[in-house]
Amino acid sequence: MTFTSLTDSDRRQMLATIGVDSIEQLFAEIPAAVRLNRPLALEPALSEAELWAHMAELAERNVHVGRELSFLGAGVYDHYVPAVVDTVMQRGEFLTAYTPYQPEMSQGVLQAIFEYQTAICELTGMDVSNASGYDGMTVAADACYVAKLATGRNKVVVAEALNPQAREVVRTFAPGFGMEVVEVPHTDGATDPDRWRDAAAGAALAIFQQPNFLGVLEDAPALAEAATAAGALPVAHVDPMSLGVLEAPGNYGCALAIGEGQPAGNYLSYGGPHYGFLAARMEYARQLPGRIVGETSDRDGRRGYVLTLQTREQHIRREKATSNITSNQTLLALGGLVYLSWLGPSGISEVGQRSAALAEHAKRRLGLPPAFDRPTLREFVVRTGMPARDVIDGCKKLGVHPGLAVGRYYEGLDDALMMAFTERRTVEEIERLADALESVGVRLGQL
Amino acid sequence: MKLIYERSQAGRRASSVPDPGLPPADVPQRLRRARPARLPELAEPELVRHFTELSTRNFGIDTGFYPLGSCTMKYNPRVNERLVGLPGFRDLHPYQDDADAQGALELMWRLQEILAEVVGLDAVTLQPAAGSQGELTGLTLISAYFRDRGEHEQRREIVIPDTAHGTNPASVTMAGYNVVKVNVDARGNIDMDDLRGKVGPATAGLMLTNPSTLGLFEERIEEVAAIFHEAGALLYYDGANLNAVCGVSRPGDMGFDVLHFNLHKTFSQPHGGGGPGAGSVAVRDILEPYLPAPTVVREGDSYRLDYDRPRSIGRVRGFGGPFGVFVRAYAFIRMWGPGLREMSETAVLNANYMLARLRDDYELHYDRHCMHEFVLSARGLKKEYGVTALDVVKRLMDFGYHPPTVYFPLVVPEALMIEPTETEAKETLDEFCDAMLAIVREAAETPELLKQAPHTRPVSRLDEAAAAKRLVVRHHFDEQ
Amino acid sequence: MSDASYPDGLYYNEQHDWARVEGDSATFGITWYAQDTLGEVVYYSPAAVGTAVTQGGEYGELESTKAVSPLISPLAGEVTEVNDALEGNESSVNDDPYGDGWLIKVRLADPSQLDSLMDAAAYQAYIETL
Repeated sequence: MTFTSLTDSDRRQMLATIGVDSIEQLFAEIPAAVRLNRPLALEPALSEAELWAHMAELAERNVHVGRELSFLGAGVYDHYVPAVVDTVMQRGEFLTAYTPYQPEMSQGVLQAIFEYQTAICELTGMDVSNASGYDGMTVAADACYVAKLATGRNKVVVAEALNPQAREVVRTFAPGFGMEVVEVPHTDGATDPDRWRDAAAGAALAIFQQPNFLGVLEDAPALAEAATAAGALPVAHVDPMSLGVLEAPGNYGCALAIGEGQPAGNYLSYGGPHYGFLAARMEYARQLPGRIVGETSDRDGRRGYVLTLQTREQHIRREKATSNITSNQTLLALGGLVYLSWLGPSGISEVGQRSAALAEHAKRRLGLPPAFDRPTLREFVVRTGMPARDVIDGCKKLGVHPGLAVGRYYEGLDDALMMAFTERRTVEEIERLADALESVGVRLGQL
Repeated sequence: MKLIYERSQAGRRASSVPDPGLPPADVPQRLRRARPARLPELAEPELVRHFTELSTRNFGIDTGFYPLGSCTMKYNPRVNERLVGLPGFRDLHPYQDDADAQGALELMWRLQEILAEVVGLDAVTLQPAAGSQGELTGLTLISAYFRDRGEHEQRREIVIPDTAHGTNPASVTMAGYNVVKVNVDARGNIDMDDLRGKVGPATAGLMLTNPSTLGLFEERIEEVAAIFHEAGALLYYDGANLNAVCGVSRPGDMGFDVLHFNLHKTFSQPHGGGGPGAGSVAVRDILEPYLPAPTVVREGDSYRLDYDRPRSIGRVRGFGGPFGVFVRAYAFIRMWGPGLREMSETAVLNANYMLARLRDDYELHYDRHCMHEFVLSARGLKKEYGVTALDVVKRLMDFGYHPPTVYFPLVVPEALMIEPTETEAKETLDEFCDAMLAIVREAAETPELLKQAPHTRPVSRLDEAAAAKRLVVRHHFDEQ
Repeated sequence: MSDASYPDGLYYNEQHDWARVEGDSATFGITWYAQDTLGEVVYYSPAAVGTAVTQGGEYGELESTKAVSPLISPLAGEVTEVNDALEGNESSVNDDPYGDGWLIKVRLADPSQLDSLMDAAAYQAYIETL
């Protein structure tokens, strides 16, 4: 299975046209010492049928959410992906296209990105969105670079309640950006606006998450206001599926809104590929990373779409570019656009409300002590009174994954589980969760 | 055509959402959304028609020949799309326990091993999200290495040839280094005299694409590597053009210490109109301790994510990387097996055949056999007839082809960069060459036809200056 | 788009910037050749009033859709005025590079630097070599 078309006769004719006797002669300029004089040590080639069998066997050894009742979330959520998303993403004209460098060949994807940018701006209350970033973690680092260019300052403030992986990515790249990172610890599961204001003094930006990684609803307007008061750009890391219920960050004073797009239209896919989104107020448009599509007209006055503000980008500005990003996650963002269009304004609000309603029902049904006495949306942390690892191992034997052992990321939570609820869960499944927890020795109904 | 927002009618919807029949959750008033987002309101049939119509205004490899230089637009096997849809891959949560993700981890481990063998290096991280993030990761690894050796303050420079992709200098700046540019000589190789004067105690490394963006193999690569290694610096290989040399020559054997793959180019990830990609990074053993955590390790017959990497640079993106891309790349390589060399040989044969057919009618600045791609110049057409490289490629659209890359690399004026890949039939290459030659004749006879092209696309040439001056980057509902 | 022209009486550098000197101050802009190479100007980012510019140093940037061009000061001085009228009318740089398309005015620091610049004839001879 090699997907090539040349016959022996083709090869002979082509070599004759080139004026060489063998393909080997075409590699004559490669010095002998750096040539590989043996076949690559790879396993034998597979036919499509053999490949399918091999891959099906690998896939079979993964316990996916269809084989186990899972309450895992923590940034990646099991919302339903409707069939139309697959239908559109599998159109070969979208699937097998490159970046739209030639707009006359690519009006389809350019218009789709323009529509995606509009949807992200509507959800977040912002003026401009890029065509996507890699994921919800890397857009946090992107935001740091935007803020450095916009403010000339070098301090990054992050909330400890921001996704630990996003904080790790920021810490990895901040030294190269010439930036230092300051973390503000959570106070009983939320970020304290006064501590936030103090930390944000002299910072380029201050990134918090809403709802935060621990599932808690932050007083986001107060955090945005505190950062602004301290002179730092307030940046909200938001869950798109919360934005049918929660206020848009642009409407409470944030300069940038970033987040993980996966919950809106992408499969779990063991962590990727997904799309990250990054949107901003118009004054930061020239500092944004990546592709941005703009509207214009053709020579005959017809409306059309092009990549715009390209002078920000690496292929023109090179070492002075606003980012090195080239490939982004357009196909996944297209999936996001189709999903958001399928939902519409009432659908996104229903998914958000019903997920939260199931979470509230589960809180009451389980009756476990909350780790934090704070409002939450569709995810919360509870204490089980047992080592979380033991609870998970026991429940998994019963076909239930009860949630994330969050103690790995936060001190003092070794007996805590973080449980996520999407509209796909049911009251009956919450009964199964309760039964599983009880059968491994967790005492329910303490409240 | 209309925007989806212009097709919207209040009260319509496509979605149905399960109703658990529970009372609504109590969200604090001050956090609640005041006004709904104006997402589209359509029934599903109209939704499908909208996106289908959009797709007909787009061009992919499935539509036709796509010789976009440096992008390696080869056929994307359909079986790969079916494979990523296996529920065991598609519906696997990334926080699933390692014990319950053994198939996924084994696939990643196997891919790491394969990639290390293909490039002749010792260790691989699959985590980086795309080629440019691979660059930033690789440079951050170099930085960590020199910090450990106490040389970080001294080594502040990365050398880059003037043919490099723009991502290289952009990544260098983002990694906190300074760019030092080196020229290419009359054969398109690095100018060795220029290079010697630019490598010294302040040099941290070289970033090089080999074959270069001119489609030419760096003939003195051993000497180049020696210059950097003798100065105590490292060599970074930009894997954008790896499709030319798989099974033929390995970057590790050339002397490179760290590289990124573009899995979406060499190993056929459908690029989806701009991504996803994957920028897996391979390194020599000296850099292995710094690789991002987690990596996938094998212990006996089981696999796990290893987070215990004390000298790691840290995480570069979420989870283990873009897993769906790994499934496709792994499947693609398994279908080739040890014969992967034939993939590169065929790509190089196709490119040289086209070059032979076109070289007399366009200018060729470096008279050598090319590797998997080549760069022609339309400078002669511009001088004689006022027809630019842009006019040539816009006219190619009327012949039913996606244009080659234009105006890159910058060292060739009016550049046309053509990369056929291995998956095209000879007839396709011939028909495309015929079109390129017909355009040369048209340039002489009917230059206006070219300057007004394209004539057959849904839109004619678009005003990019107007788009940049009057920024409209989202739909404005109020103007309706 | 205007026709190629290189007025007498202006001073030119090799980076295609011109200077019109009046007493101890001068006006800077880019030449017809420079605007033709750059393409339609869509954005102008000038140095702020009060900034000291050096001969050969940057005094701002011009952008087309496909390129960014740093502006290289032909003479040293202090920026006294920026052509604000270009905002929204950036293509004046293309249409009238020596008139409405001027970029900044400076108070000159060292008039003797004029000797290092080309006159119109020398500049035209120079661009013929490119």
